[in-house]
Amino acid sequence: MAIAVAEGALDEVAEHRGGFRRRWYRTPSFVAGLLIVGTIVTMCLAAPLITSQSPTHQDLNNILASPSSKHLLGTDQLGRDLFSRILYGGRVDLRVAFLAVLLPFLIGTTLGCISGYYGRFYDTAIMRLVDVMVAIPFYVLVIALVFALGAGARSIYIAITFVGWVSYARIIRGETLVAKRQEYILAARAAGFRDSRIIGRHLLPNVITQAIVYAMSDIVLDILAIVTLGYLGLGIQPPTPDWGGMIADGQAFLTTKWQLSTIPGVVVVITALGLSLIGDGLADLLRPE
Amino acid sequence: MSDTPILDVRDLRVEIPLTRGTVHAVQGASFTVEAGQALGLVGESGCGKSMTLRAILGLLPHPGQITGGEIRFEGDDLANADPKRLRDVRGARIGIIFQEPMTALNPVMRVGDQIAEGPRVHLGNSRSAARKTALELMRKVGIPDPARRARAYPHELSGGMRQRVMIAIALSCEPRLILCDEPTTALDVTIQDQILKLLSAMRRDLGVSVVFVTHDLAVVAETCERIAVMYAGQVVETGTVDEVFRAPRHPYTLGLLRSVPRFDVVRQTLDSIPGQPPDLVAPPTGCPFQPRCGFAREDCLEGDFPLRRLGPGRATACIHDDDCAQDVSANPVIASV
Repeated sequence: MAIAVAEGALDEVAEHRGGFRRRWYRTPSFVAGLLIVGTIVTMCLAAPLITSQSPTHQDLNNILASPSSKHLLGTDQLGRDLFSRILYGGRVDLRVAFLAVLLPFLIGTTLGCISGYYGRFYDTAIMRLVDVMVAIPFYVLVIALVFALGAGARSIYIAITFVGWVSYARIIRGETLVAKRQEYILAARAAGFRDSRIIGRHLLPNVITQAIVYAMSDIVLDILAIVTLGYLGLGIQPPTPDWGGMIADGQAFLTTKWQLSTIPGVVVVITALGLSLIGDGLADLLRPE
Repeated sequence: MSDTPILDVRDLRVEIPLTRGTVHAVQGASFTVEAGQALGLVGESGCGKSMTLRAILGLLPHPGQITGGEIRFEGDDLANADPKRLRDVRGARIGIIFQEPMTALNPVMRVGDQIAEGPRVHLGNSRSAARKTALELMRKVGIPDPARRARAYPHELSGGMRQRVMIAIALSCEPRLILCDEPTTALDVTIQDQILKLLSAMRRDLGVSVVFVTHDLAVVAETCERIAVMYAGQVVETGTVDEVFRAPRHPYTLGLLRSVPRFDVVRQTLDSIPGQPPDLVAPPTGCPFQPRCGFAREDCLEGDFPLRRLGPGRATACIHDDDCAQDVSANPVIASV
């Protein structure tokens, strides 16, 4: 009897087995996001194969050129190829954005777990710190930090980590507060496991989902922050190409050569859209059954 | 069986300080469990059964704490042990089975890994040795095709299978004592019976002792040798299941037994115990059961009512237990146990 019941239950759920691996391609937003981001990342990575133009070579006899077969999107005010600058700029911006998400993710998750699981003193201390950070607007703090530390990728990492961990800590703390009241955590304690094992093997896998989903939208935020910093001249320093810097440089020629600012802007928007779609799809896919 | 009990709880007190007052969740509970024996700890909801169980493991919910008494387990006093010692006892020497196998199993971990985790942590087994132990345990608790089921997640198993997994986890480190917190309440009756039979078989084969917390007297009758009846945080009557069911010597036990539905007698209404269990923030003076007791007299209103020995392994907290005895001889409670 019991065996028959279990057998039926197992067949029925065989469909859900490895839910993620089987279902991801049936989630439209995830697939669309993956296609968009995949295309952009691939093009940036394969930049030397796609274009033969150097992103930094100045052709001063051929400035502000219109699109041609040699310069697909024309050239900027220093005669640099716009198309290749977008591709190489993406390499820098995307790398910095992905890396800048990693550290806040790790730090925020760790602190959120400690805060939620141990509560009391740790919770009070960490959450007061979070309150302080939240009170100051994201951009103001990032810009001030980068300004103080000096422009460049290293400062961006530090500034975004310093500001960004807060969201992860809050998300994970909230999830942990719910999960730690679950009986399986009590069961793990009753089994005589250490706190580190309980947090790492029993708690974390159950609470990490929301943080992963948030990380996707956080990358978008970081790309925008990097572009904004670049626009303000605090980001990636010339001559290294960067989308924000390109938008800023092209501004003066907006009425005559609109593509100099507009196209990098559109690329930023499309990248952000793709990452948002991935985040949306992940939220659907990782939602517990 | 040896003479010294494997678990000896003496005058255990648990208090939970809350803003509206201190809850005296357990106020002087005493009972013993002999090696290889099963004890049924029964009582209605909120009488302190589960708190007693959690106190034994040192897992009282914050801010609850043990404020008195002793918990002797194989000679160690668990009531005053430091956290590290307690951790070595939990899982390794005392296993626990929870009521709801769905929520007590980690939803994102394969059940085979969950069974293997205890042996890896407490017995220092290698990954492959622990896996082998897990498969063997799954076979032992009657899970068919263990190799396949070990890779399943809890939601892929039926309730009965999940409870078998829980039992396998509880047994995984070969503990001397297993605590069961209403292990069959969440299961339907046919599965319930299978699980109880399995537990009894495991107890026989492995010689572990069992404490069975339940409000289901039928479960106690089927699985336990001894019974301890709890009311308002105290043990009010203990004895062998046979003695207590045939000749209860406490009005509360009598009331519980009379309120069990029976199929062999046609009755208009089901007997019940009138009134509410006492507020454990401000327990009544005198006998805690006195406001609801049909036999209560003047002398029940004042003083302490500790367990009073009636015979070997038999005790009651009632000072007028003869009244119970008379009532039972006039109108027997048990015809079929």
